[in-house]
Amino acid sequence: MAGEKSVAFVAEQQIPPSPPPVRTGGALGWARDNLFSGVFNSVATLLSLAFVAYILAMVVPWLFIDSVWNASSLQGCREVDDGACLAVINERFLQFVFGFYPEELRWRPILAFVLLFVAIWPALFSSAPRKLLIFSALYPLLAYWLIWGGSLWGPVGAVVGIAIGWACIRFLPPLLARGRLDEGLAFLAAVGAGILGAALWWLFCVIAFEEALSTVLAISLEPVESARLGGFLLSTIIGVSGIAGSLPIGIVLALGRQSNLILIKGVCVGFIEFIRGVPLITLLFVAWLLLSYFLPPGTEFDLILRVVIMVTAFASAYMAEVIRGGLAGLPRGQYEAADSLGLDYWKSMRLIVLPQALKISIPGIVNTFIGLFKDTTLVIIIGLLDPVGLLQPIRADQNWNGIVWELYGFIALFFFIFCFAMSRYSMYLERNLDVGHR
Amino acid sequence: MRLKTTLIAAAAATAFSVGAHGATLDDVKAKGFIQCGVSTGLAGFAFTDSDGNWDGFDVVFCRATAAAVFGDPNAIKFTPTTGKTRFTALASGEIDLLYRNTTWTLSRDVDLKFSFLGVNYYDGQGFMIRKDMGVSSASELDGATVCIQTGTTTELNLADFFRANNMNYEPVPIETNAEAQQKYLANACDVYTTDASGLAATRATFEDPENHVILPEIISKEPLGPLVRHGDNAWGDIVRWVLNALIIAEEKGITAANVDSMASADTKDPEIKRLLGVEGNYGEMLGLSADWAVNAIKTGGNYGEIFEKHIGENTAIGLARGLNALWTEGGILYAPPFR
Amino acid sequence: MSSSGQPPPEPFRVSQLLYDTRYRSYTIQIFALAVLMLAFAWAIDNAVRNLEALGKDIDFSFIFETSAYDINQHLLDYDSTSTHGRAAVIGIINTILIAVMGCITATVIGVLAGVLRLSRNWVVARLMTVYIETVRNIPVLIWILFTVAIVNEVLPGVRSFRGEDAMTGLLFDSVFITNRGFYIPAPVFEAGSAAVGVVLLLSMAAAWYFGRWARARQAATGQILPVFWGRLAILVIPVLLAFFAAGSPISLEIPALKGFNFKGGIYMRDSLIGLWLALSVYTGAFIAEIVRAGILAISKGQTEAAYALGIRPGRTMSLVVLPQALRVIVPPLISQFLNLTKNSSLAIAVGYMDATGTLGGITLNQTGREMECILLLMAFYLAASLTISGAMNAYNRSVRLKER
Repeated sequence: MAGEKSVAFVAEQQIPPSPPPVRTGGALGWARDNLFSGVFNSVATLLSLAFVAYILAMVVPWLFIDSVWNASSLQGCREVDDGACLAVINERFLQFVFGFYPEELRWRPILAFVLLFVAIWPALFSSAPRKLLIFSALYPLLAYWLIWGGSLWGPVGAVVGIAIGWACIRFLPPLLARGRLDEGLAFLAAVGAGILGAALWWLFCVIAFEEALSTVLAISLEPVESARLGGFLLSTIIGVSGIAGSLPIGIVLALGRQSNLILIKGVCVGFIEFIRGVPLITLLFVAWLLLSYFLPPGTEFDLILRVVIMVTAFASAYMAEVIRGGLAGLPRGQYEAADSLGLDYWKSMRLIVLPQALKISIPGIVNTFIGLFKDTTLVIIIGLLDPVGLLQPIRADQNWNGIVWELYGFIALFFFIFCFAMSRYSMYLERNLDVGHR
Repeated sequence: MRLKTTLIAAAAATAFSVGAHGATLDDVKAKGFIQCGVSTGLAGFAFTDSDGNWDGFDVVFCRATAAAVFGDPNAIKFTPTTGKTRFTALASGEIDLLYRNTTWTLSRDVDLKFSFLGVNYYDGQGFMIRKDMGVSSASELDGATVCIQTGTTTELNLADFFRANNMNYEPVPIETNAEAQQKYLANACDVYTTDASGLAATRATFEDPENHVILPEIISKEPLGPLVRHGDNAWGDIVRWVLNALIIAEEKGITAANVDSMASADTKDPEIKRLLGVEGNYGEMLGLSADWAVNAIKTGGNYGEIFEKHIGENTAIGLARGLNALWTEGGILYAPPFR
Repeated sequence: MSSSGQPPPEPFRVSQLLYDTRYRSYTIQIFALAVLMLAFAWAIDNAVRNLEALGKDIDFSFIFETSAYDINQHLLDYDSTSTHGRAAVIGIINTILIAVMGCITATVIGVLAGVLRLSRNWVVARLMTVYIETVRNIPVLIWILFTVAIVNEVLPGVRSFRGEDAMTGLLFDSVFITNRGFYIPAPVFEAGSAAVGVVLLLSMAAAWYFGRWARARQAATGQILPVFWGRLAILVIPVLLAFFAAGSPISLEIPALKGFNFKGGIYMRDSLIGLWLALSVYTGAFIAEIVRAGILAISKGQTEAAYALGIRPGRTMSLVVLPQALRVIVPPLISQFLNLTKNSSLAIAVGYMDATGTLGGITLNQTGREMECILLLMAFYLAASLTISGAMNAYNRSVRLKER
């Protein structure tokens, strides 16, 4: 093309690019576009900025500049400076974490907490060694033993009971079927025998077993009574055991609700709707006042355990609804494919439906957990000393009489950090899992 | 997974299998300690230090009972209870004994199925108000906002008092003493009403106790004492007689310091001999060792000593003996004869 | 299942109960029923034996006994000579009051925050994100305690309205905001106010009819009438005329400081205010997320199509996006209302006398009838929840996409 005279309407050289108009380019343009694009928007921006500035001007000096970290009483704080009296957090921090748990034994709940992550590792990451699942299954008993102490043989005795039941179900049917019994009946009989065997073991043999082994080899931790549990330790115990228990029960309830056996469905729907229809507080009242009425006379349950039972029941109903959402979200074809392979109900659920349904309901499960964890604060109404409950003895203390915001702020901050992290994690999962079935 | 733990606990529970009904004494002896219900925190009467150790007027009575039963004042565990939770805690068997400024009333004794075992503090409901409000009598409280602890008799007394005097008021129901105090100090209520001893205890923790007055009117009788479940007679007898022993000890001048020498020395007074187990088999009658009263008195001294140490005039709470002086000294503290 | 070439029926075998799908479901159900009945019988038997051991019985007659305690906020007549049953009713009304107030403000807050979070204004959107995340991740109980503490500790005491340099109330000294709550003027109805009421009802009907007529006219002619202003005029003008014609029968009772407290007017207690604000702000954050999700669920094509038709943004929102978004929003919104109602039972922590505070609180304590009280309390909440969720299901059916 070179050398030839071009036509008039063909540009001979490239026009240099002109800078973007001020309106859209640079920080100013961005601000104009996003913050001051109209009268309403400008006012809203200014108001928001003023609000933020006001809050910061109030909180920052109070919390960071004028705050006092070392003092032994509120008066002591006031003498130093007039900001936040964080000395109370400084002094009572360990009480907030452990309640009145004996100081020299505090390594036990810490160890239990660390082991918790080992236990949930295989549940969260498929890369974890499968053998760890055995540890996960044994973890609740281990944690119970670590936190409450007592003889190791008590939890071991409970495991033996489960083992007895499992062994009956696993090994009895062939033995019985070799006799004259029908195979199905043999299975039923084995299940019955397993349950009966375990129950008999728990009711009559565990204590003897525990005592016998204790005399042979006494492995025991110093027992810690429930009244000494408190603070975030208590919240975590209730929250984690509630969620761990509610997952299997929730799955069963969700399957029951989908079942076409009218009676089973009715019972599950009734249970779920009942629990979801009443406030958690009334269920805690039941745990606190009524549960012992419905147990054999003379049975005594620890209050924390009663609360855990009711909280588990409460969370199960919500969990069931989350999992029902997962089941409903699964394309119909998956169910039909499982059926067409000739799998029976349990196999199709276990191998095809539940793994997928659970996967898509993980964000919902995490949200239920966040909700449950927040709801553990309600136990103060029945007199347990969770972090909010610990406010009472602290404020009754002559030294810290009249302290308000520091304590609320500290507890709120703790819950915020925990719940916010969980909800971010659930969002991350949601994004990661949002790949299939469309 | 949770199920297993539950079952363990069920198994463990059967192991303890505390008979909530009757035979508390056997259970207490079997488990080796007393579970005592106290207040969640009322200065002077029951409070914890930062290590969670309990102390206070009511607490010492609990400990004395433990000392009488086990010879060890520390063979005891405390359950903090609110005005609301205390009765259920006792009825359900969660605690063996309640020592929590609890007023002896007919309906509690009869309808709630408890047994009151005496009175360790004669109290009455009073009012506290800021001095600068210029109120000098409860009859001037028409229209006032009144903070009350719910679940207590004060709630009912208050309703009666204002109705009887044809006055209006605005009740603000509150769960614990600490909250009531916060509301009162923030001026969200004009008046705080509870037992006069509680008012004194609360006022003692204020920064400016001199700016608050307790009005002269006492609008109710509040005999505060220990209670156990109905039908727990053997256990109830012990609690009752530990309390009586401490009162008799004051009558007879037995103190924590001289109780050992009194028990070993040859005293003339036969009642002291009986009380300290030198003579007779009164300990055996109660199902206790002979030196039960010695142990109880050693815990915190006699009634007078306990009073002076925790709530007496030389403490921050500064209560006068008043009605709680011995009957010989113008009060109504009167223990039945020890024979 | 049956086919024509069926072999003759086999004799019934016991194993068929387990392996034959025709019978298996019955086996399972009967087995489950038996287990369930046994469990129930066991629990009830235990309860009977336990109650017997305690010398208690199940007896609801305490409902008719004198309650002997006072309730500060009672919308119906009540004093300490009323019965426990009436105290429970007062509590239930208080629950309903807080629930209704809370639902309204929570919706307003939630819709505002949800829409603003989608705003193009960066500062506003971030601020709303911070609000939603902060509020959602902190337990509601802490919010309630915190708000009541703010009311108690930060607002001026009643004393500061007294004496030399007294504070004056807002709005011409008629609204008083104190740490005991808010005192606002109350309307007083005198003779003749019934007539004003009748006129108000009539103009409401007329306003509704005007709206219908305007819509019909728009459909017929394409002309858009100023419906909002028209309605406002129809509502306000006749009522004002009637009000003055009847000789101003409705006046305002302004609270005045007498003795310890303000007298007259409407008194909104600190516990009510704190609980109301906390529940609204807390539930509002959840509603905001629901609203945002609902708006985002409407595909962008809908908006663009509306723009392409030349519809202005405001109308696009109200005519195209919102009607569709509502279908997504309303079911979770109602379940948030349910949550709010249930959370209002936390009133017990701040001394607001709702159903939990009266029936499950003082009455339970004074009578010692925990079984009966908790049963009644659960029955109330269950009835409320079932009513609300029944209404929700009815609504869902009515707005469901009619697929043809």
